[in-house]
Amino acid sequence: MKIKVFIERTNERKVVDAKDFNELFKKIKIDPNTVIITRKNELITEKARLNNNDEIKLLSVISGG
Amino acid sequence: MNCRNCKNNSVITLPNSNISLCKKHFNIYFERKVRKTIRIYNMIDKNDTIGIACSGGKDSMSLLYILNKIFKPTKVKLVALAIDEGIKDYRDPNFKFVKSFCKKNKIKLHTFSFKKEFGKTLDEIKKKNPETIPCTFCGVFRRKILNDKALELGVNKLATGHNLDDEAQTILMNQFRKNTRASAVLGPVTGIVDDPKFIRRIKPFYFLTEKEITTFAFLNNILDKYAECPNAKLSYRNSVLELINEFEKRYPGTKYNIVSSFLETLPLVKESFKNKTIKTCKKCGAATSKEICQACVLLEKLN
Repeated sequence: MKIKVFIERTNERKVVDAKDFNELFKKIKIDPNTVIITRKNELITEKARLNNNDEIKLLSVISGG
Repeated sequence: MNCRNCKNNSVITLPNSNISLCKKHFNIYFERKVRKTIRIYNMIDKNDTIGIACSGGKDSMSLLYILNKIFKPTKVKLVALAIDEGIKDYRDPNFKFVKSFCKKNKIKLHTFSFKKEFGKTLDEIKKKNPETIPCTFCGVFRRKILNDKALELGVNKLATGHNLDDEAQTILMNQFRKNTRASAVLGPVTGIVDDPKFIRRIKPFYFLTEKEITTFAFLNNILDKYAECPNAKLSYRNSVLELINEFEKRYPGTKYNIVSSFLETLPLVKESFKNKTIKTCKKCGAATSKEICQACVLLEKLN
């Protein structure tokens, strides 16, 4: 499945081929403990099911300063 | 994935557990955890004036939000204190966010700046002292402003948004630097002995992770656009943060274990520093453990 990902901390946009969040986080090398995930401005967990062409945002939980 | 307590979609799986919660039940869990920390550590009394240190980030905004929710119907007085360090393109947008929240919720906001208090912005300090990490000045100066201004404003406790992640980092930083004295003042309520020149700090988020606080901020519309201090990556803290996060990923529960094992030894550490006399800084009159306080040492370096 093609997933469009926006990584807030680095302001990057990526298209990743992944079947679930476990695979997605491994591919983009992000620790799931350091982000929260939103889809259509709704908060979801890494256990949520991914759908083809999903657009997700990863918001950093690490303090900025 | 459904909430443990109802059939709604979950918004978080709590750290080190398999418990997933929806928005409503996570907000209940969060507030209960804050109330419990405040109660167990006797953080707030009914006639207190609490100063809330606000940067505009997710931790301090969530703290402002939840303390306002819990204590608005009581006699506890809340005031917000914000400091502009003078970091270009970093602090200004967050300040607007704090101001609008305080105005909307009728919380008195007091703002201070490095420029006004010390004559220089942090950017100017950094330019003049390229060999020193700016965070060294920033942390010491911020603490000085908060303590001095809280005393002037009649605040008797300062609440900060420090969380489990922050505390685990600070504990390890002190260990790595063999700074036992700095560890002695840590904990959910800071300080070793009462002194009229020191304002005690309280940390209602002591047992909450950054992920839980960010989730709370997002759900309650107080999560502003992410801004990272341009100096953050230079700090010693950042190296320790990366180390702990790597350990947490491989060995879940690491952060909690660092903090809880520290809390077991903290009474002994505090006891060993109890009889050390608190001195008065010969330059500014602030309470200090040395002849001259760290803020005055750094100020001398600047001038």
